[in-house]
Amino acid sequence: MSKHAPELFKETLASSRRQFIQRAGGLTLSATAVTMMAGATASAGTGKQSSNAVKQDIRILNTAIAAEHEAVAAYQLGAESGLLNDAVLPIAIKFQGHHKEHIEALAAAVKQFGGVAAEAKADYRFPVEKLKTQSNVLEFAAGLERGAVSAYAGAIPIFDNRDLSKVAASILADEAMHWAILRNALGLDPVPGAFFS
Amino acid sequence: MQQGQHIYQQCMGCHSFEYHRTGPMHCQLFGRQAGSAEGFDYSSAMRESDIVWNEESLDQFLKSPLTFLPGTSMGFVGLQDRAQRTTLIDYIKERSMSDLCAQ
Repeated sequence: MSKHAPELFKETLASSRRQFIQRAGGLTLSATAVTMMAGATASAGTGKQSSNAVKQDIRILNTAIAAEHEAVAAYQLGAESGLLNDAVLPIAIKFQGHHKEHIEALAAAVKQFGGVAAEAKADYRFPVEKLKTQSNVLEFAAGLERGAVSAYAGAIPIFDNRDLSKVAASILADEAMHWAILRNALGLDPVPGAFFS
Repeated sequence: MQQGQHIYQQCMGCHSFEYHRTGPMHCQLFGRQAGSAEGFDYSSAMRESDIVWNEESLDQFLKSPLTFLPGTSMGFVGLQDRAQRTTLIDYIKERSMSDLCAQ
């Protein structure tokens, strides 16, 4: 952990707890998700996109949803590992909540476009044998978040519906913030370069 | 190898060598019929393709997955830089045939 990390976690601890409590109410579509999807769904079914283009967009959305489900499961694993201290655990729960919100928004788009959103798998395989310390868990989470940034960066250019690209870009930004925070917690440079590759 | 590992990070949102994730595992990828890894739920496009993964097919796929195989679930724009693709493919080949994948 870097010197700065504990303070950073303390600052966000109170708000994380509040958000966790607020989230306990259920999985209704958040106001943010509704707003994010408003532009994308407005053009769904208007005939502006070909059938094949809509199907392709749904496949891309569902691939993203599948990855988000994996992230939710990974943070659950981390939260239940007993390895995260009182300062770090709320951050993990907060980030998990973000991934749940991403799923809500993406699944709403899939439904609006006439598709069926990908469900979470019954089981996920994670390298649990390598998770012995808090740092191991944070490294694992940072790797997933970095991968998520790459995945969204690779998906944004290929959505036929450009409103979906905007939504994906918004999610990418959130994933990048997660990655930076986790790197900082590990004592690494949170922003290692001007460009991401 | 190090450069290939760096480029492979772009794959790690969905893939790993050792096990299936959002995308299929990469161990024993070379020589494998596309859509045939046991335990992974492929798109019908991938399942029904006649692709065998080798340097050439991977190069074409990675350049633009949706162009090479319309209907694939791999929602990735592709790697346009040929040198990067070659480096990545070399890395995947070496890693997928290493002791890591021997179990």
